[in-house]
Amino acid sequence: MLDNPSLFDLLHQRFPAAILSTHAHRGDATVTIRSEYLLDVARFLRDEPGFRMNFLMDLTAVDYLTFGQKPPGRAAHFNAGVAVRPPAFIQDQIPWPGPATGARFEVVYHFYSLETGHRLRLKVPVEEDSPQVDSLTPVWASADWFEREVWDMFGIRFKGHPNLKRILMYEEFQGHPLRKDYPVNRRQPLIGPIN
Amino acid sequence: MFGGENFVTSKLNAAIGWARKYSIFQYPFVTACCGMEYMATACSHYDVDRFGAGLPRFSPRQADVLFVVGTISHKMAPVLKTIYDQMTEPKWVVAFGVCTCTGGFYDNYATVMGIDTIIPVDIYIPGCPPRPEYVLDGLMKLQEKIQLQHSGKPYPKAQMYHAGQSFSV
Repeated sequence: MLDNPSLFDLLHQRFPAAILSTHAHRGDATVTIRSEYLLDVARFLRDEPGFRMNFLMDLTAVDYLTFGQKPPGRAAHFNAGVAVRPPAFIQDQIPWPGPATGARFEVVYHFYSLETGHRLRLKVPVEEDSPQVDSLTPVWASADWFEREVWDMFGIRFKGHPNLKRILMYEEFQGHPLRKDYPVNRRQPLIGPIN
Repeated sequence: MFGGENFVTSKLNAAIGWARKYSIFQYPFVTACCGMEYMATACSHYDVDRFGAGLPRFSPRQADVLFVVGTISHKMAPVLKTIYDQMTEPKWVVAFGVCTCTGGFYDNYATVMGIDTIIPVDIYIPGCPPRPEYVLDGLMKLQEKIQLQHSGKPYPKAQMYHAGQSFSV
């Protein structure tokens, strides 16, 4: 089993132009890559003997719209987000430098190798004006519903997805509720109140 | 003859109320974690059969009490409304758990803020989840209400009956 720096090195040797940043927090390796390399990197992670990432555990997204900003007015609870600096005694740690680019969204993939026990988190920055990345359904079939959920909640399109429609919300729903600019009090009931 | 009703019909209505309240056929519309507490209530330890409500029917056509158990989302709301409409009169609705009463701790884009915004509710049983004793108390409140329905007596003034709160007529 490779340690995290070796995983980074292996990936960096193969895709020197793709990698934007790497960090490791509490033993979990994270790599941020350019979106145009996503399918190549994904196939490499699945097929390369050093990785053999045969399990796409999770696929989600992050909206960095208000990252690091204090909300206006007084808020009882808020989490504006900070770059995490883990303490030095934790093995294998490389601090998170914060979002790799100024892009609004990041799509996050969690890979696991059932054969080697490796874990890797892959992040892809997605710009706000054309939120689209390649679909991973040709590589891992389990990406299908995950990507539909990300489309539903964040409005990020997945190029090449066979059936990209809402999975949690109803078809009549307007907007994408987990975007930070979706009004927190907005309600879209399907059927109206009685009387 | 004496007042609004005569002797025969008032006794008949009392008998109908008595018969109905001890032969509740419930439709459990179970969507979330409250379902576990519903099952606990329905099983032998608390034995909802003591109240004549031991036979859940899984067709709304055969049921007369709709138990709405668990969070109702806006996506699910039309389904619930359809189930309610499919039930034949007389019918009653029990809001089981605080999510069905008010939305509970959910206040977001997905959740209906209380099922009484889409269908009329007879008994509210709040709790997250309500304990079986609380459910049984609510069931007995419902039985009182069923008994009163054709008695000719006016309903208690409070529109909101919920378990744990007694009312008198």
